[in-house]
Amino acid sequence: MTAKRHGRLRILLGYAAGVGKTYKMLEEAQELKREGRDVIIGYFEPHGRKDTIAKIEGLEVVPRRIIEYRGREFEEMDTRAILERHPEICAVDEFPHTNIPGSDRAKRWEDVMVLLEAGISVITTMNIQHLESLNDQMRQITGVHIRETIPDWVVNQADEVVLVDLPPRALLNRLQRGVIYETEKAHRALANFFKEPTLAALREMALRQAAHEVEVHHEVSAPPENPERVLIHVTESPAAVALIRRGKRVADYLGAECFAVAVKPSPDAAQLDRHLEFARRLHIETRVLESRNPAEALVDFARRNGVTQIFLSKPERRTVPFFGKRPLVMDVVRLARDRQVTVVAERRKAL
Amino acid sequence: MPAARKPTPDELLQQVEAEERTARRGRLKIFLGYASGVGKSFRMFDEGRRRKMRGQDVVIAATQPVTAPETADLLKNFEVIPSPADAAGPAIDVAAVLRRHPEVVLIDGLAYHNPPGSKNAERWQDVEELLSAGINVITSINLQYIKEKQKQVEAIRGKTVQDSVPEAFIRTADELELVDAAPEYCVSHSVEGLSADPQPLQRQLSELREIALVLAADVVDHQLEDYLRAQGISQTYGTHERILVCITPRSNASVMIRRGRRQADRFHGELYVVYVQQDQLSAGDQATLDQNLAAAREANAHVEVLHAEDAVGAILDFAARNRITQIFVGHSQQGGLLNRWKPNPVERLIMDADGIDVRVFPHN
Repeated sequence: MTAKRHGRLRILLGYAAGVGKTYKMLEEAQELKREGRDVIIGYFEPHGRKDTIAKIEGLEVVPRRIIEYRGREFEEMDTRAILERHPEICAVDEFPHTNIPGSDRAKRWEDVMVLLEAGISVITTMNIQHLESLNDQMRQITGVHIRETIPDWVVNQADEVVLVDLPPRALLNRLQRGVIYETEKAHRALANFFKEPTLAALREMALRQAAHEVEVHHEVSAPPENPERVLIHVTESPAAVALIRRGKRVADYLGAECFAVAVKPSPDAAQLDRHLEFARRLHIETRVLESRNPAEALVDFARRNGVTQIFLSKPERRTVPFFGKRPLVMDVVRLARDRQVTVVAERRKAL
Repeated sequence: MPAARKPTPDELLQQVEAEERTARRGRLKIFLGYASGVGKSFRMFDEGRRRKMRGQDVVIAATQPVTAPETADLLKNFEVIPSPADAAGPAIDVAAVLRRHPEVVLIDGLAYHNPPGSKNAERWQDVEELLSAGINVITSINLQYIKEKQKQVEAIRGKTVQDSVPEAFIRTADELELVDAAPEYCVSHSVEGLSADPQPLQRQLSELREIALVLAADVVDHQLEDYLRAQGISQTYGTHERILVCITPRSNASVMIRRGRRQADRFHGELYVVYVQQDQLSAGDQATLDQNLAAAREANAHVEVLHAEDAVGAILDFAARNRITQIFVGHSQQGGLLNRWKPNPVERLIMDADGIDVRVFPHN
């Protein structure tokens, strides 16, 4: 326990641009100000929306910091200025934003962490599609690979996650009326992302995530009776990234410990190291084993370390089953008959 | 392959009938809150105000007896159709609304028992009448008034409410909008009928909040499924975890069902348990199986016994029909490392399960 008081983090969670996150953030700031609290706007994105811009009236806004990158000027949140001003509460739009190179920190959520550590409470906004553990499902739903993600452990630090809800039909109406984007941009957005079933699926994910966050918060922190220990087998294969996300998500939901284990030598050591680094960024403990027989090494490690569940990715489908080299998964399944083995399949785009 | 299946004639007929119904019918929009004080009424009347500004003909047919000052301000913008003069309690003047026939009617509070002498016993039946007449209705409701959720809510609040609306009616809404707020917001905005002590109150509120969020997610999920079915799309989005536990007399069914239940609960998902009957079982095996199926029903699983020669095919077919995201099976007892070139049924299941995770369990 640190002696210094940590700021409180409140996330306004939406499922798409235009559901009203920024508006709600400013509305809350206005209400806090009316209550006499010391609240300022650290960063907000007006998106050229009239209703939203009107909501800023009377609030103190910290000017953005100009950062020069490759001869052009970019505007970012001025974290240093906010720290100096040191308000009680700071509103920061777009939590998952990636800062321009040359900023103090790579990600806005890292800036927010600094504010919280300094004892400043933060209200911020994000959309569900930026949550790291849902990245593969998001690609399946939207067909878009979202690169700007926030690790789940960051979102889990929030004291409150509040859902900003709006039915898809209402969102589409707003879009058509040009409330969200200017018209031409709207047409492109409509064609890709803003389809009713896509929006409905995103909305459902946001509702379920909010329900999960609520459950995590009101849970008595007693650990489950037989806690599971999850091992994720990390390889150089591109499928490893989705496997790490899925394994970590399941482990988190089950309150299980989680290890990422790789076996060397690998045909592509550099790629394998990148995947291990990715696992560490998600706060997963990593181990590297040395063996010519990876299946045996994994199962042996699992037994020695009390692992209850081994996560592997499904091998690529072949026209002739098991012709040639037998997939490692099948050897693990046969060797580890005293353990649970989860084989994670690739999620492909639905529509 | 992402399958675009041709709809069956029955599905087509259903689709056409549904389209005809929606063409005539008014649209229903419901604001759902998990407790009073979250701001449903304000949001509802604010939407009414914005619609009016866009030129829609909006009137009010019911307000709550007590309103927050911000809401009271909003009410001044509207024409109000009062309760019938002879009503012995709060009621909508259905006949007057039908005569006035506005484009949109605002009804604050869907869960009311109508006073004696009214045409319909419940207010939601009045709403149904207005919708049938082609009037759009925007209304509000608290979680505690949804009939199927009342037991759960009462267990948390320790208090019973009289009025209720069936969940099936809530599900007919064209749009359901959840009004969410952090529990402490409600604590500071005085919520009646809950514990006065802030600590337990926070907890009660967050439990109610979780139920409301999951209900809204389930409603969205059903609407999405209806859409996918209508389009003949059989692939799943995987937004809702659905776990299928496949048991045999030999598998460690009680552990698998327990783990399945826990996982389904943690993900707010659904649990299915199936047994594929191939041969006649011995009396002992049959007794074990019956016990396991009973345990599955106890665990609130959807239980089914399938009959098929090809167990793997039957399981995958069931999984596709029910949009399963994870399959639980027992380790195969066939095939050691000696005949490792021949895939056993579990290995075939792993290879053929498209977009579905397979979790293999040890036997005892």
